[in-house]
This record gives sequence, C-alpha cells and structure tokens, in this order.
Amino acid sequence: MNEKTLKPTLTRKDFVSDQDVRWCPGCGDYSILTQTQKIMPEFDIPKEKIVFVAGIGCSSRFPYYMNTYGFHTIHGRAPTIASGIKISNPDLNVWVITGDGDALSIGGNHLIHVLRRNLDLNIVMFNNEIYGLTKGQYSPTSKFGQKTKSSPFGSIDMPFNTPSVVLGAKATFFARTIDSQPKHLQYTLRRSQEHIGSSFIEVFQNCIIFNDKAFSDVTDRDVRDDNVIDLKNGEPMIFGKNKDKGIRLDGFSPEVVSINENISNDDLLVHDEKDRNLASILANFTEKESLPTPIGVFYSEEKPRYEELLEDQLKESINNMGTGDLNKLIAGSDSWKVS
Amino acid sequence: MPNKKTEKLDSVVIRFAGDSGDGMQLMGDRFTNTAALVGNDLGTFPDFPAEIRAPAGSLAGVSAFQLQFSSKDIFTPGDKLDVLVAMNPAALKMHIEDLKSDGILIANKSNFTPRNLKMAGWENDPLEDNSLKNYIVYDLEISRLVANATEDMGLSSKVIERTKNFFGLGLLYWMYGRPMEPTKSWLEKKFKNKPELIEANLRALQAGYNFGDITESFATKYEVGAAPLKAGTYRNIVGNYATGLGLLAASQLSKLPLFFGGYPITPASDILHQLSHYKNYGVKTFQAEDEISGIGSVVGAAFAGSLAVTATSGPGIALKTEAIGLGVISELPMVIINVQRGGPSTGLPTKTEQADLLMAMHGRNGESPIPVIAASTPGDCFYVAYEACRIAVKYMTPVFILTDGFIANGSEPWMLPELDKLKDIKVNEPELRDGEFLPYERDEKTLGRSWALPGLKGFEHRVGGLEREHITGNINYDPDNHDLMVKLRAKKVSSIVDDIPKTEVYGKQTGEILVLGWGSTFGAIRSGVESLIEEGKSVSHVHLKWINPLPSDLGEILLKFQKVLIPEINSGQLIKIIRSEFLIDAEGFNLVRGKPYTKSQIINKVKEMI
Repeated sequence: MNEKTLKPTLTRKDFVSDQDVRWCPGCGDYSILTQTQKIMPEFDIPKEKIVFVAGIGCSSRFPYYMNTYGFHTIHGRAPTIASGIKISNPDLNVWVITGDGDALSIGGNHLIHVLRRNLDLNIVMFNNEIYGLTKGQYSPTSKFGQKTKSSPFGSIDMPFNTPSVVLGAKATFFARTIDSQPKHLQYTLRRSQEHIGSSFIEVFQNCIIFNDKAFSDVTDRDVRDDNVIDLKNGEPMIFGKNKDKGIRLDGFSPEVVSINENISNDDLLVHDEKDRNLASILANFTEKESLPTPIGVFYSEEKPRYEELLEDQLKESINNMGTGDLNKLIAGSDSWKVS
Repeated sequence: MPNKKTEKLDSVVIRFAGDSGDGMQLMGDRFTNTAALVGNDLGTFPDFPAEIRAPAGSLAGVSAFQLQFSSKDIFTPGDKLDVLVAMNPAALKMHIEDLKSDGILIANKSNFTPRNLKMAGWENDPLEDNSLKNYIVYDLEISRLVANATEDMGLSSKVIERTKNFFGLGLLYWMYGRPMEPTKSWLEKKFKNKPELIEANLRALQAGYNFGDITESFATKYEVGAAPLKAGTYRNIVGNYATGLGLLAASQLSKLPLFFGGYPITPASDILHQLSHYKNYGVKTFQAEDEISGIGSVVGAAFAGSLAVTATSGPGIALKTEAIGLGVISELPMVIINVQRGGPSTGLPTKTEQADLLMAMHGRNGESPIPVIAASTPGDCFYVAYEACRIAVKYMTPVFILTDGFIANGSEPWMLPELDKLKDIKVNEPELRDGEFLPYERDEKTLGRSWALPGLKGFEHRVGGLEREHITGNINYDPDNHDLMVKLRAKKVSSIVDDIPKTEVYGKQTGEILVLGWGSTFGAIRSGVESLIEEGKSVSHVHLKWINPLPSDLGEILLKFQKVLIPEINSGQLIKIIRSEFLIDAEGFNLVRGKPYTKSQIINKVKEMI
C-alpha cells in the first residue's frame, strides 16, 4: 500500500451534513457554503479537527450544514466561544461564521478584542447590510439614509467601514470578497486559512429578500469591472473592463487615472499586503464615490498568537518550576500539626 | 522591669482599623498567621471600603480587619470587640461602638490632629474629653515612637510612617504572648531586595513589643492557649483561595485541564489572580474583555474538553445570564462561581450579602434549571468547588457555586483534605450506535449526555442554542419534543439528589425551633445554637450545602420542629423556596446590612421566638 491509500483524501461531500439547508432560495449564503465545502478538502485537515462556530443570524446557521464539529451559539458571542475552544485545544482548526449585525453590532466588543489577541481563527463575516433573520431592520453597515422596516424615514446611523474597524483593532489579516464570485471567494478562503493568526474576511452577500441588489454596483456584469479593483500583492493597481484604469497616490489621497502614454504602470500604486498604512488607505476607498471597491487581501502579516504565547508560558513555567505538586500547594508554607 | 501578671482567656476579638493605606489588612493577616501557628482556632473578617485610597483621615477611607482567636472551637470572627486598634480619629469614629465596655482601645495619638478630628466629625478630641471613660484607653504617639526607633537609619518620614502598623503588631504580640519569629521571617522574605525596609519594620515591631514590656501602664499580659482541634495537619485558609485549590484539585484528580475565563470584579478577582499562577499545573486563565466573553470562553472551553470555570459577582452574573442558558441547552459541564456582594446594581462591592440565591435558581430566560451549591465557611469553599466540578462533569450541566464576600475574604484554620477520599470525577465517554453518534442520548441514571470532544474521529456533531431533538441533537421545533426536553433537563438536575449527602441536624432531631441556614451564616448560626443548647433551649441547626436540589430528607426533618427560623442576608429568598417546596410556614430573619450575622443576633432572635 502506498501512502495515498492509507490516507484517503476527503472530498466536498465529506463536508456536507445531513441537515436540510434552510436559507431563502437565491440567498448569497448558498454560494459561500458551497465554496467552503469545496475548498475544505484542499487543506488536508482531518474533519474531526475542524470546528465551525457561529453566532445568531441567517449566516450563523452555517455550522449545521458542515459535517464537522460545530457550535451555533448566541448573538454576537461567537468570537468568545471560539476563543475558549482554540485556547483549550490549539490543535483545532476553528472558523467563526458571522454577519454584519452579529459581528459589528451586538458582538462588536468581542470582535475587536479577539482580533487584537490574534488567536488563529478564520472569521468570515457575511455582510448583507441588513438584518435578515429579524426581517429587515437596518444594520451597522446599512447605508446612511437607507429606508428599512425600522427606518421608514431613512437610517440616521452612520455605517461602519468594516476594514477600518478590523484594522483599527490591529487585525493581522483582512480580505474582502463577493458571494457571486466563486473563484475569488475560494481564493480568499484559502488565503484566510493559510494565514496564521486571526483572519477576517468580509463577504459582500446579497440578501434577496430584504436588501436585494445592495451590491449591484460591484456585481452587475455591465459595471462591475469598472467599479471593482482586485488586489494582487506586488502588482500595480489596475482595473476597468479594458484594464486601462489605475490608482495613483496624490499625497495620501488615492485617485483614479487613465493609463495612457503619459501615465504608465510605474506611476501607479503597487499593492503591498504587509503595508498597514496602505491597507488603511484601501479601507477608505469605499468612502469616496470615484474610487473602485477593493476586493482581495488588503493586509496580511504574521504576529504572535495568543494561544501560542499561552502555551509557551505553560511550558516555560514547567521548565522553571517543574510540574506542579498539588499536595505541596495545598499544604502551603505555614502548616502545623495538631496531635 | 515592672512585674507583669498573666491572665488566661478563652477567646479574644481584635479589630484593626485605620486608613486604607495604613496596612490594616496586612496587620490582620500577620496576626492571624501567628495565631494559627500558635494553634488557636480563629475566624477573620476583613472589611474594607470600595474606594482604593479615599482621602487620608476620612470616614470613607477606613479599612478594618477583625479576628477572633480562641483556645476553643469557634465559628465566627466574633461579635463585640475586646480590643480596638484605631490608627486615626476616623477609625475610632467608625468602630468605637463595637468595643465592649472595659474593652481595650489602642489609639495612635499622633494622628489625632485638629484636621483629622474635624474630618472624622469629632467636635472635641475624644482622647482628651473623657468620653471614652468606659474603655481602657492606651493613647500612644505611635508615629513618634517609630521615628525614635528608626532615627539613625536616615529614612524618609514617609517610609517611617508606614512602619507604624508593625509597632501596633509588636505591642499586641507582647500583650497576647505571641512569638515574633513568623513575622520576622515573613518580613525578610517580603522585602528580600530592600534590606532597609526589613530593618525599619523589624525595629518598629520590636519597639512595639518592648513598649508593652517596659511601660508601666501595660500591667497585664493575656494568654490564649491552643484550641482542641481534631488531629491533623492544618493551615490557615482564605475562602477564595480555598475555592481556587478546590478547582485545581478537581482538575488534577480528573486529569481534565482547568480553563478559567473571567473578568475582574470585586470580590471574586482573587480567584483569577491565584489560578493565573498555576501554569505549571497546566491551568489556562483567560482575562476576557468583559463578563460575557468570560462565560463565552468557558462555554467554548467546555465544548473543547476543559474543566471550564468562571468566577464573578452578582453584576457579572447578570451579564453572563444568556450564555449560561447556552450552557444549559448545550448540556456542557461548567462551573459558575458567584462571590456575592451587596446589590442591586453596583450596590456594596466590598460588603457581603446573600441576595443572589433566587438569581442562581431562576435568573435565566426559559426553563433553565441549574444545580446550586453554597459554601458555608472559608475552608468549605474547597470542598464545594471540588463537588461542583464533579457534578458538572457527571451530569453534563453548568453548576452554580454561591460564596460571598465574607467567606471569600475571611479565613480560618483548615485541616488539609485527604485527596484520596474525594469522590472520583467520572467523564461520560461517548459511544457510537451502529456507526452513528447521537449527541443527546443520555445516561439512564444521571440523564447526562456524553462528552464528545472535537478531535475525536467519527463523533463530529453540532450543538447550539436552538432546541435540540431528544437523542439526535438536531434542531427541533416540535411541541412534544420541547415539552420532553424541558422536563428532561429538569429531571436531570433533580436526579442529583441521589448523589448528595442526607441532611445533618446539629442538636436534637426534633424540638421547638430549627434554625435553617445556607452559605456564610453558618458560623453565627452554629455558635448561637451551640450557646442556646448549653442554656437548655430546644433549638437545632440545619445548614444547607445543596439548594438545588435540596436533600431528599429535608422535608420530613422540617416537620419535626414546631418552628423553623431562616436567617439570611437578604429579604427572604431561601424561605420562598422552602415555603413553596414544603408548604411550611417558616419564619424569616433578614438583616441586609452588608455585614455577616453575629452570634448574639441569632441568639436574640431565637429567644424572641421561644
């Protein structure tokens, strides 16, 4: 027998659970589920070592559909449960599936703290800019002025800029992708898995019922190429249907330029995934109408992880003091005998 | 040298009181430690303000430490004081009313300045106006005396001023014939790298001792002999520390790694501090960003196979409530410790109360039963913590531990536990049925489900907060299934009754009055009932450890007494449970003053009822 027969490779089917998927027909979540199930075998991780953790919301039903270990928890708290799991057993491959309300509203505090600790978790946020499961209220990423069930006169909440929040919390990885681009979605999930430390993916995800076409400017065939820039590490930032537009930096402000005889690739901004300042500039592209929406990996840098540092302290402590002796500890240093 | 006489005493109650920065807690700790080594039985009660350092000399800034040490078996830190050490006018103002008449007052006269007297609200200097004539007053210029003792050392006046607690300690050591060695070696260890501080404090200690010895005004020494404790090895133990040791023992004996997730809160933080040192025992502590994250991490750690624990106080429990419910429905083992304090809201953070019992019983959405166990003394915290872990793992359920500020910070001599006599902690191992894992299949007897940890091949499964289907654990909204699951979760908790000890009655098994208590009121009730029995009164005492479930024989026992009295530091919470469970017209005794009951309060109340 060769090694291959000893170690059967998993296929997509191995990751499909026996539960009926209950999202609305046409929901963007289906695509994310499919791409995740497709790509999991690539990672060559035994599925018993994989845990999907979710909070509450449409997206958060996700663990039920993955034939791995899974925990569908409570609203906003998935990062805390995932932290407990990862710290307890660093050997596990832990994913957090969340939505814009779950991660950025009720769970905002946990999100920023899990990111700064840099636990090795893959956090995937399905951003549909609406509350779906509670039937259509505005979310912390809904557009200013958006009319929803709870904002009949238009939302007066300023939305979060997702990458700014994530990078502000000192995350070591941020990427953005779109539900309708299966290849790009797979690429982003792969990059997230490869990154050691907390990685955060924002998926633009269409809610067909309560916020349909919220992302049409980046998904509609006719316009998307002119409105989206796909970031490639080490390459100049070029986009457009005819690949004739680029990004140039004017001071700290990015601007769109046409590539012609006067402006060459050398004049363009070159993407560097390790450049935190550049990532911040990219985060703010969506704040300016004239700039394209970046997708791909904004930022990726390795830093020590919480669970790793804790394990190191445990080992060091045993090295320095020896394995703890319970009886000695209980007796303390000032015990006395009564006879 | 004047001729001093020695008088024998059974017990002495001392309270040290001064500014928050005066080192009163330290003085109390050292005296306690020495008393323990001498073999006294003892009880302590640290009582400090919520403010870290309120303005010096203010009433708000007074910190106190009370202890009783005895040659007899005692259960409390004592009622009225034999000795009050008041380091300033504010400390005197706050505590003088607790001093017995003819009791000893030691006051640091150096701090009785016009400014301090005014801050404490004294119109005249009480040391001068004869208002303390009912007490034996020693007004000493302690600040000057320690300055004299250290004058050739070239220390700043600030450093010298901070040694005055050791002067007081030395004086009391002389007065009660205590050895100085343990304190000396403690100082040498504590200030290992600051020899001048060792020297200064040793000199202050010795100066205090000598002052008693040579000053004519101190005519009497007192002797409090060793208490007749059961044979064994003892140490002095603080409640929170015992809780931490109990958790560690459960982890070590069960071989389940201990995970502690929590957020700092008074008076529970010491458990986090303590466990964070135990890295060479494999203990992982996680200081979370908030209370919710603390319990969230515990739920996750439990899922991943740790012995998962959190500790907090009432406000923290309020925040953790939703996640505790997740622990209930996902049927994972975890221990939730509530070191109760005065409420509602922020309430009295450093004072004690027992007002979270009904919150532990019912404070969650939906039908959400959780076993509840309460510790009665500092040393009991160890056994309660261990037992909570055992039950959590065996029955696959969150378990509530209730302690409170009084026993959490209080201490007593504690006979070291025999670890091999503790009951085993057994994990319910998962099994496959025809190649399939059924996560909500239950043990027939305990109704606990099995614990299948991520990493275990073939047992991949999903849990969560939505209602589970019996056996399979799949999401299920069927009305009959929900009804069944609600009842199964309740039955599981009530079946613990077969795993807990029967009720122990102190005193006669039948009689006029039964005093029924739970938690930290143990000492006051037991010593009160003891005295009443000595007086020939028909009184007995039952103290509950498990409140959910209640011991199976409790109902019959209650019926054997004409009256049942339930003292609680709340407005009547156990009494509601007892009345509704047994339809008994028990009588409540409810003082909610942020303070433990005293023996005499219990005695007086019982006498009113006879």
